Amino acid sequence: MRLVALFLAFWTLALPAAAQDIIADLSQSRVAITASFSGSEILVFGAVRHEPGAAPYDPANPELDVIVTVSGPLEPVTVRKKARKAGIWINAEALEIDAAPALYKVASSLALEDILGAEEDLRHHISIPHAIREIGEVGEVGDADAFTEALIRIRTEAGLYEEMPYDVQLKEQTLFRANFELPSNLVEGVYTVRIFLTKDKQIVSDYTRVLNVRKVGIERWIYNLAQDHALVYGILSLAIAIAAGWGASAAFRYARGS
Amino acid sequence: MQIYLPIAGISLDIFLLFGLGGLVGLLSGIFGVGGGFLLTPLLFLVGVPPAVAVATSANQIMASSVSAVLNHFRRRTVDIRMGLVLQAGGLVGAMLGMLVFNSLKSLGQIDLLINLSYIALLGSVGVLMFAEALTALRRAHRDEAPPARRRDRNWVHTWPLKRRFRASGLYISVIPPVLVGIVIGVLSAIMGIGGGFILVPAMIYILHMPTKVVIGTSLFQIILVSGATALMHAISNHTVDVVLATVLLVGGVTGAQIGTTLGARLKAEQLRFLLAALVLAVCLKLSFDLVLAPSEPFSLGAPA
Repeated sequence: MRLVALFLAFWTLALPAAAQDIIADLSQSRVAITASFSGSEILVFGAVRHEPGAAPYDPANPELDVIVTVSGPLEPVTVRKKARKAGIWINAEALEIDAAPALYKVASSLALEDILGAEEDLRHHISIPHAIREIGEVGEVGDADAFTEALIRIRTEAGLYEEMPYDVQLKEQTLFRANFELPSNLVEGVYTVRIFLTKDKQIVSDYTRVLNVRKVGIERWIYNLAQDHALVYGILSLAIAIAAGWGASAAFRYARGS
Repeated sequence: MQIYLPIAGISLDIFLLFGLGGLVGLLSGIFGVGGGFLLTPLLFLVGVPPAVAVATSANQIMASSVSAVLNHFRRRTVDIRMGLVLQAGGLVGAMLGMLVFNSLKSLGQIDLLINLSYIALLGSVGVLMFAEALTALRRAHRDEAPPARRRDRNWVHTWPLKRRFRASGLYISVIPPVLVGIVIGVLSAIMGIGGGFILVPAMIYILHMPTKVVIGTSLFQIILVSGATALMHAISNHTVDVVLATVLLVGGVTGAQIGTTLGARLKAEQLRFLLAALVLAVCLKLSFDLVLAPSEPFSLGAPA
């Protein structure tokens, strides 16, 4: 009995810290890469569960905001910079970045810097620069920041990194949704979808879901064959090449009637 | 219509790929070059990762070469004996080239090496052919009979191990063709190409083979070298994309057929002139890329 009382005491003490809670889901929990795959869309939607006794919704003074991030698998990347040497441009300096997401999109209900404090950003790796982690000392470069910026710039231009301010629709401080476009050059792996609820630039609640991106069907079969039975695969592709070459020659000869 | 390429990991428009394959196949049929020196950069341009582009090109080049060489066999414009000698040299060269390639890759400047070798080779070969073709064209224009070619007995004729190459009408040592084959093999392994655009002038200017058998023989040689290259890439790097290769070769074999027919109608001087212009154009493009300030000085790559 005393134990239950103790537990209840803790429960009530702990409660104010989590006055809001997130319930969310994705429109699909896996993305299948098929032969006709040309990108995909993923809808993240959910609701904020207000604890009983929380202040009612006040349209004049909205205090909650939502940030949604979609992150691809983390991979090491080498960033190289060209420099002019003896009149030609060659790769000179290189910086190895330990872990950069293959894809990273961050949507927010307002501009990110207005709803997220710098410290929280640093701790949870939310904005794009903070999602790229741990710059090693493999390459010795003068200006490491320029290399990280270049990585972000190149991937942003390729549609892999994106900041999407005002792209989370938040209704009456409760219902939210965000739509993400995934490009066709998706890397396979486990993607992480994170949802953060912020209040006064502090994160008050967060929620994580995973999204599996996999090749399926014939794409899967070809990929596995190439990886696991390279010799068979190599011979098979040569056989296809020879057969196609011969076939076309025969077809044209037939068409010319000779 | 988009098609997803399982090894390259991207989707591309299928008709764009047909077009690329067709263009390269056309050149292959006309000039007897594999077209790798054009196809590989074009694939980079549409977003295929370089490693996949190089390996898949080799596979595709083989297909269009098979298609084109069959026409040459029928017209008896392949010197099979010469081709076999070149192929033997080519295989040795390809293995040597792979060793060089792997040791230079660890130094991190392989891109530069590839670019510089392209420029040096394309530049010298292109200028040589251009000058030669220009004089030939001018001569034809003035309606002069070409000067009777003296049978200059250079080192090709004086070395030992002489064999008769009936289709080429030559009686020369096998050592020069083997050496040419080795050089082509090394270059094709390093540069990821069939090597036809170097082989064709080498056969004309070094081995003095008649132009009419040069193209068929070059294609014949390319089949084996590009096949071996593709297989090596498939085994060691898993970078041959069979879906990409199949789409490219459907366009490529069609182009090659049209090309061989077209090539038979053009005069030899015109062919050389066109090929020289093409080689020089690619060379200039590569030189500009090296000399002009790049718009994006940074690039991303997988860690070594």
